[in-house]
Amino acid sequence: MFDIDKWQEILSTIKKNKLRTFLTGFSVAWGIFMLIILLGSGKGLENGFENEFRGAAKNSLWIWTGRTSVAHNGMNPGRAIRFTNDDYENLKNNIDQREYISGRFNIWWGNQVTYNNETHSFGIRNVHPDYEYIEALTITEGRYINHLDITHHRKVAVISTLVRDILFKDESSEAIGKYILVNNIPFKVVGFFEDESRNENNMRLIYIPISTAQMVFSGGNRLHEISMTIHANNLEEAQRAEENIRNRLAAVHNFDPDDRRALGTWNSFENYMQMQSLFKGIRLFIWIIGIGTIIAGIVGVSNIMVIVVKERTREIGVRKALGATPLSVVSLVLFESVLITTFAGYIGLVLGVGLLELLSGIDAPFFSNPSADFGLAVSATLLLIFAGAVAGFVPAQRAAKIKPIEALRDE
Amino acid sequence: MITLQNIHKSYQMGLNPLHVLKGIDLQIEKGELVSIMGSSGSGKSTLLNIIGILDNHDEGEYKLDGKIIANLSETKAALLRNEYIGFVFQSFNLISFKNAMENVALPLYYKKISRKKRNKIAMDYLDKVGLLDWAEHMPNELSGGQKQRVAIARSLIARPKVILADEPTGALDSSTSYEVMEILRNINQEGITVIIVTHEDDISRMTKRVIKLKDGIIEADYVPKPLQNSSLNGSGSRLADKENVTLNIQT
Repeated sequence: MFDIDKWQEILSTIKKNKLRTFLTGFSVAWGIFMLIILLGSGKGLENGFENEFRGAAKNSLWIWTGRTSVAHNGMNPGRAIRFTNDDYENLKNNIDQREYISGRFNIWWGNQVTYNNETHSFGIRNVHPDYEYIEALTITEGRYINHLDITHHRKVAVISTLVRDILFKDESSEAIGKYILVNNIPFKVVGFFEDESRNENNMRLIYIPISTAQMVFSGGNRLHEISMTIHANNLEEAQRAEENIRNRLAAVHNFDPDDRRALGTWNSFENYMQMQSLFKGIRLFIWIIGIGTIIAGIVGVSNIMVIVVKERTREIGVRKALGATPLSVVSLVLFESVLITTFAGYIGLVLGVGLLELLSGIDAPFFSNPSADFGLAVSATLLLIFAGAVAGFVPAQRAAKIKPIEALRDE
Repeated sequence: MITLQNIHKSYQMGLNPLHVLKGIDLQIEKGELVSIMGSSGSGKSTLLNIIGILDNHDEGEYKLDGKIIANLSETKAALLRNEYIGFVFQSFNLISFKNAMENVALPLYYKKISRKKRNKIAMDYLDKVGLLDWAEHMPNELSGGQKQRVAIARSLIARPKVILADEPTGALDSSTSYEVMEILRNINQEGITVIIVTHEDDISRMTKRVIKLKDGIIEADYVPKPLQNSSLNGSGSRLADKENVTLNIQT
């Protein structure tokens, strides 16, 4: 099979039939190129969506209070509902599906954070230790808020790497253990975090133990929000947990459990499930188009091979008259097709991967870091080569079988 | 060299079989220069194709150089063609994307002779038909006569025992025709059997034996009256001189 002279004959045929070679090669290269771009963009879209929603745990539930909108048990509408530490304890101890739970106490004024001469305004979040997992934070150095911080009302702060760099500048590496002023009260920096959502708003934050904040910022036992992660296998379970919480809080605070104004909730599980079905849809879409592209490529290659063999019928007749055996005719046509499709497939692969490489820096909302499954792309190329060979084989076989005299008569 | 006994051949044309050859008996010796004549539809091309193992016969016996040719596989037929027979076609049938030298060398490719060696041999044969300077030219850059000379060189390169020419002058003007015939006659003088199918009387008169076909049977088999010397030698040798056509094939 490996016969230098045969390959030379094939190469010289290819070289002297540039248009034919180009057309065959182009349809293969284009098919592979498009497939890679398609797979890459799909991946990019998926990455983008994932990034956009990475900020929070996928099964988190957020609860906040408002004012009642319907009368209940003789109480007038318009009554403000307020969370206290008791609600936190209540949910913490009584909701079976709870995993992590944290209250949140907000301070609305000031938010001045100072270190030496640097004073900036950052968001201040006063939370329980579990909040780390609910927001899916990454601690890059030091630690997050712990239970001792809560029980001892320690004045400690966990700041983002962004805040660290803004406040400490050159001293960034030695920031842990330093004191910063939050609304003029000193807090000791104990750790740095990063938020994976890469949204800058989630990075212009510092975290403080909730008990300390309630004490020093005169919050008493007030909470503004409670957030938790819940263990749920499906949407129904998540909704049941939400229902359970609503009923429990309604009983304590004396409002209608169906009053959405009195108690607001946001269940990320619902969103997560929607995202999952969206991804499924995108993946299906990409597969359908991808398979369509491959089929178009196969049809293109087959079509050209049929025409090539037809066009070469006379040449095949001449070759046979000069002593070419049917086998040599088939292998001539077939190897040419395989050689072209392999080479063109490789070009398409390189171009597609190259373009994705250029785009890999992209990090736009809902589109990030496109990349193609290389194994899949190689399999697709092999499939096209195989298809080209099969498509060439059938007419080549037929051409090799016809009598030279008929081939020669073919005008 | 060639023995045909009671050869029959029919083609299926639509619903009705077309009986083209109706019992051909023919003996051609080594070194003969034979022309096969007949009007179109007389079966002359079919006969040539059977002799050239390009087509099968239905009935009868065909012996080529003592071998019985029957029920050959395509591969076997290809090898026999390569070894015994050189073809010259009316429409030249050069491969358009190969230059003159590569066209001439092609039969040797199927004899598994290395590229370098076969190209060198091809140059020798091109020289013999006076086209050495045209070796690198593509077929579409050659005139009809030049194309036919390339085709003749190609038919000779594998040193066949028989040259079969199907209307070799059909697409050429008369002076070029005579030039091509002169080359074929010279080949014959080297001892190669040459069989020419033609419907032109003057072409057949340049051969040593004429077989006339009519409706699938041999109507006549005779030695033709040679053409007047003036027209043959006049145009033929003048061209041969001008383009330095010399044939000197070692067998």
